[in-house]
Amino acid sequence: MFSGAALGAGVLIVAVLFAVAMFLVIQALPTFSAAPADITGGKGFLSYIFPIVVGTLIAAAIALVIATPIGVAVALFISHYAPRNMARGLGYVVDLLAAIPSVIYGAWGATFLASQLKVPYQWLADNAGWIPIFGGPASGTGKTILTAGIVLAVMVLPIIASLTREIFLQTPMLHQEAALALGATRWEMIRMAVLPFARGGIISAVMLGLGRALGETMAVALVLSSGPMIASLIRSGNQTIAAEIALNFPEAFGLRLMNSSPPAWSCSSSPCW
Amino acid sequence: MATLMTERKRSALTRGRLPKSTPWVVAASSIVVAAALMSLIGFNVFGWAVLSAVLFAAGNVVSSAVVEGRRKATDKLATSLVLGAFLVALLPLVSVIWTVLVNGVPGLLAPGFLGTSMKGVTGAIDNASVANHTPVLGGVYHAFLGSVLITVWATLISVPVGLLTSIYLVEYSDGNKFSKVITFLVDVMTGIPSIVAGLFAAAFFGLVMGPGTKTGFVAAVALSVLMIPVVVRSSEEMLKIVPNELREAAYALGVRKWRTILKVVIPTAISGIASGVTLAIARVIGETAPLLVTAGFATQINSNVFAGWMASLPTFIYTQIMTPTSPSNPDPSNQRAWAAALLLILLVMLLNLGARLVARIFAPKTGR
Repeated sequence: MFSGAALGAGVLIVAVLFAVAMFLVIQALPTFSAAPADITGGKGFLSYIFPIVVGTLIAAAIALVIATPIGVAVALFISHYAPRNMARGLGYVVDLLAAIPSVIYGAWGATFLASQLKVPYQWLADNAGWIPIFGGPASGTGKTILTAGIVLAVMVLPIIASLTREIFLQTPMLHQEAALALGATRWEMIRMAVLPFARGGIISAVMLGLGRALGETMAVALVLSSGPMIASLIRSGNQTIAAEIALNFPEAFGLRLMNSSPPAWSCSSSPCW
Repeated sequence: MATLMTERKRSALTRGRLPKSTPWVVAASSIVVAAALMSLIGFNVFGWAVLSAVLFAAGNVVSSAVVEGRRKATDKLATSLVLGAFLVALLPLVSVIWTVLVNGVPGLLAPGFLGTSMKGVTGAIDNASVANHTPVLGGVYHAFLGSVLITVWATLISVPVGLLTSIYLVEYSDGNKFSKVITFLVDVMTGIPSIVAGLFAAAFFGLVMGPGTKTGFVAAVALSVLMIPVVVRSSEEMLKIVPNELREAAYALGVRKWRTILKVVIPTAISGIASGVTLAIARVIGETAPLLVTAGFATQINSNVFAGWMASLPTFIYTQIMTPTSPSNPDPSNQRAWAAALLLILLVMLLNLGARLVARIFAPKTGR
């Protein structure tokens, strides 16, 4: 009986996951066969989905570019630099970053961070405007895809930091001591013994962070004032898949509702895991 | 004699080292120089601190490069960068908590905030309270109640399923193919974006109960899709580290397998399981996206999870910021949103703290 219940729970998980996949596909199918004029934007499915896929990738890329070096450095600090008795407490502090709900990050990004970034954006538009990604005129509210990417970076950072920290701590002590005994400085020891050992772990941590950044909804929905796809990162514009669903679904009905499913589908079939 | 002393000081082992006082001297001088520079371009404390830190790092690296050589200087540079990265990582944490505290405390202390709902609070009332400088009306009780009820139901669904699955994986499966499939799918489930879980629950109940079904229970199902993998993972780890000798001792006494699991294995692992469950609750209580598409937004108290739209803290924050009750005067809505954010952060922190306490309190007594 008991073993049956345990088995049943396992089967239920498989069934739920199958159902998730099935429902998304079934809900999404009408969109593919619908007349182009009925799709949001009126130009067919691909031209609807393409900008928001690109927007999602841009936001995730910004997040990872910022969060990866900082996350790895934070992990190194906790595992190899901080005094032993402090390391545990510092680990908790970084975990706190992960505990804050995403909607609060969104509210923080929309009210505090966006207004702080207005001046730097203006400066970038004035001085680096010839680079397409910093093309002006800068957003007057600061609610741009770059701000959204920075907020995502803050949310991804604790994931990367805590996972790589675990890997760094597993580096064989003998390798590290051997490097030090040969006269290596601490940085040389890390570069020669710790980082090569942890390379795989760092990559998988970054991939998990990528999954979070791609699927994150509320922070982007709150921070980004969305618009059509543009190259400039410091102007209002672009949109991500998850935020598009959140902004449209509550009022959605009919085909508009079904439009929401393919984005969800493409989001969950991308390497979110 | 004098020459001999200097010879000894410059022996190969000690040559090319900075005196121990160097970092302090560099620190003091960089603070002074930074203050001087900042007073030229307009003083602010944050810029001063950043500039001093940069100058300190640069001064250390340069002095080390001059006296101690390239390798030592690289080491110092790496140390400064790593420490700097850690401080940079702390900035958003401090900033978020500070922002929430500053904006949230006035609203949280407003009379009736915890005890009333948003029923009957309209834009006109908000406009009046801004115009007359009277306290902001409206509260968060309905959202708090909704959050608690939805989370409780999500826990009621996901703990039995998650715990039983991990028991199957650890105790019954013997690592067969099906258990590998489950482990893989649980990993996949961990990666489901939260909004997709919400869409699934909305679509499923839309099919079963009629389109547009939005109740607290639908939201609970969506949250349990997110919660189950976390529970499975943490309880699996905990069940795995229960020593095999305990199981064998129970079997040797003739105890049935299910009784061994219930009376020996689970009590030994209960501290880890309980703290894992608490962390899972802390994770889902802050989820916004799935609630947005499954529970709708309510402005009044609804204590029935099976009927009617239900508010929750995260969606309350979201709607108050995105669509203020009074579009011309968003301040009262912002105040409510930040107060709710503070309440939510307090809840999550309490749950995290609770998880650590639970792990300590229920820890198996190893002393004799």
